[in-house]
Amino acid sequence: MIGFENVRKEYPGGTVAVEDFSLEIASHEAVALVGTSGSGKTTLMRMINRMVDPTAGRVHIDDEDVAAMDPVVLRRSIGYVMQASGLLPHRTVLDNITTVPVLRGTAKGEARERARTLMDTVGLDPDLADRYPAQLSGGQQQRVGVARGLAADPNILLMDEPFGAVDPIVRDELQGELQRLQRELRKTIVFVTHDIDEAFRIGDRVAILRPGGRIAQVGTPQEILADPTDDFVASFVGADRGARTLHVEHVDGRDVVVDADGRAAGVLAGADGRLGDGGAADGDAAAGPGAEALATEERPR
Amino acid sequence: MNENPFLGALDWLADPMRWSGPSGIPVRTAEHLGYTALGVLVAALIAVPVGLYVGHTGRFKGLAVGAAGVARALPTLGLVTLFALLVGIGLTAPLLAFVTLAIPSLLAGAYSAVESADPATVDAARAQGMTEWQILTRVEIPLGMSLLVGGVRGATVQVVATAMLAAYVGSGGLGRYIFQGLGSQDYPQMIAGSLLVIVLALVLDLALLLLQRLTAPRGTVAP
Amino acid sequence: MSWVLDNLDVIAGYTGAHLVQALPPILLAFVLSLPLAKLANSRGWLRTGVTTTSGLMYAIPSLPLFVLLPGLIGTGVRSPLNIVVALTLYGLALMVPTASDGFRSVSRDVLGSATAQGYAPAARFLAVELPLAGPVLLGGVRVVAVSTISLVTVGGVLGVPSLGMLFVDGVRRGIVAEIAAGVVATAALALLTDALLVMLGRLLMPWHRGREAGRP
Repeated sequence: MIGFENVRKEYPGGTVAVEDFSLEIASHEAVALVGTSGSGKTTLMRMINRMVDPTAGRVHIDDEDVAAMDPVVLRRSIGYVMQASGLLPHRTVLDNITTVPVLRGTAKGEARERARTLMDTVGLDPDLADRYPAQLSGGQQQRVGVARGLAADPNILLMDEPFGAVDPIVRDELQGELQRLQRELRKTIVFVTHDIDEAFRIGDRVAILRPGGRIAQVGTPQEILADPTDDFVASFVGADRGARTLHVEHVDGRDVVVDADGRAAGVLAGADGRLGDGGAADGDAAAGPGAEALATEERPR
Repeated sequence: MNENPFLGALDWLADPMRWSGPSGIPVRTAEHLGYTALGVLVAALIAVPVGLYVGHTGRFKGLAVGAAGVARALPTLGLVTLFALLVGIGLTAPLLAFVTLAIPSLLAGAYSAVESADPATVDAARAQGMTEWQILTRVEIPLGMSLLVGGVRGATVQVVATAMLAAYVGSGGLGRYIFQGLGSQDYPQMIAGSLLVIVLALVLDLALLLLQRLTAPRGTVAP
Repeated sequence: MSWVLDNLDVIAGYTGAHLVQALPPILLAFVLSLPLAKLANSRGWLRTGVTTTSGLMYAIPSLPLFVLLPGLIGTGVRSPLNIVVALTLYGLALMVPTASDGFRSVSRDVLGSATAQGYAPAARFLAVELPLAGPVLLGGVRVVAVSTISLVTVGGVLGVPSLGMLFVDGVRRGIVAEIAAGVVATAALALLTDALLVMLGRLLMPWHRGREAGRP
């Protein structure tokens, strides 16, 4: 469990990144912090592994104040995946994945063995083990980043816009993989993003932040869509999606979802009523976020 | 003397007498190399740790850049003659000049080596749980190694030139031939001495250039 | 100190001679480097060749070059022209790769849009490419200026008049103040020229001013 208690971050220049933030994140839960730039979301996440120390308030992990822990030891116990992967350019894929276990004193052979397993887990071709990061595609680099984050088998995984630098198709694929991984591994995940669709897809709960780290709304994607607390959340969630009325039209033998203005919002995936369990995108990735919107739309309100 | 002075220089170099004895070419070359190695080594012991510290912490950067800039503006010959008068004959005076003149290159090489590491890579290394020392030794130095060697290369070139001028105030080394030739109006000997210094400088420069290429971290250059 | 006060006219005379040998190479190296760099950038192999040659050229100590040049170009060993030619070569060795980098750093998009707006090649070079490469070029000229002013003194051992004569004369006569005056005067001349170049850069490239000052 991760707890934020009235944390505040003020920089020497007087800039206040986070005003007063409190949130509890349960073990094995994936929470997405979503907001525009300046919302303090990355700052908040970096307080967990003490890359940033709060000016006031405290952050605790399983009731232990992180301020009392050695930052280096703490960081080695928490997985961290960042945008553009942050891999060491002069180390091979395998060496990058084994970085943390080796720092923690795991024998090299053992660490490499586990790294190979992890490469398989995150869907990386084992032939890539001896490549350098620059020789990989953006999507492959991010997979290495995820594998590295998982290498020391941490309970907590921090993800800072990990899929922000890859193209939409690869991003969609990586998001799907992460969902699959999370079903298997059940880590406590804190996921920072500015993309509300990504937040809804990854997060069991989503915290929408206003500038200064003020929480606009916290809840499951369904709760937020069903009952946005105010106009800020409603507009953030996108095009008043919650209020959008959708209907189905038949085009060329397919069911196309069309909104009130007559714009196509997506293609209905399988008319067998599977929509409710969030599996829409699995069936037809090309349907894009529209189908996802629909999936949540169809939930009983 | 009116014949081609370059042919005269070749004659001078071809004389077997020049290649033996305490003022022969092998001994002078060894002296020159010795001065250079000693000067660069002592300067590196001072400048590299300071440069790494400045590069890693970003502290005193303005001071380091400023000091290196001022040191670059100092005339080589001026320092050599000044130290010779102040300290007297011996190794100390020229060594002081070598070290003073080698420091700017080494300092700049060391801090730019550390600074060249992508801040995102360093941030990621810190977030993985590397200590500051591990970040320096396992990330920043390996990634910047060729810039560091570049600093050594610049310092070496500088000290080779300075060691030659030190012969003007009585040190050994290949500069001796030039100044002896100057004193006795022997232009072929001056040319011969000059050619020897140039060859030495180029050989050292090429060797360090090669080292620079070899130390470029794999993975960051196109395979 | 009294030596300095008694010999201010000598120092002034040497400073004048010093500048006569230092300024032409700085100016020549800058002006000549522009077409040479453009030429080098037009062919990949030429650029590699120029960069390598420049690096090696810079490794050659100045005195041997001062000694060799007269035999090659027919100037006298004691002729200031000899020093000017040698220092121009050093200046080019520094400046051509820098200018080549500078021109390469100008974004192709910007050049493309300038062409699209109707700039003729020459106008595009003068109005767009040159100013945008300006900060890099200025950096190069500053290094050339400082190193040239310092290197002029080496001619002193050959008897070419410059502030370097203060070192030669000082060591011969054992006057520490004379050498110290020479060191200070040379360094001051170099730093003053550098400062003037920075000011000139701010005047010519006002858009660049904030960035340089803002660096930590």
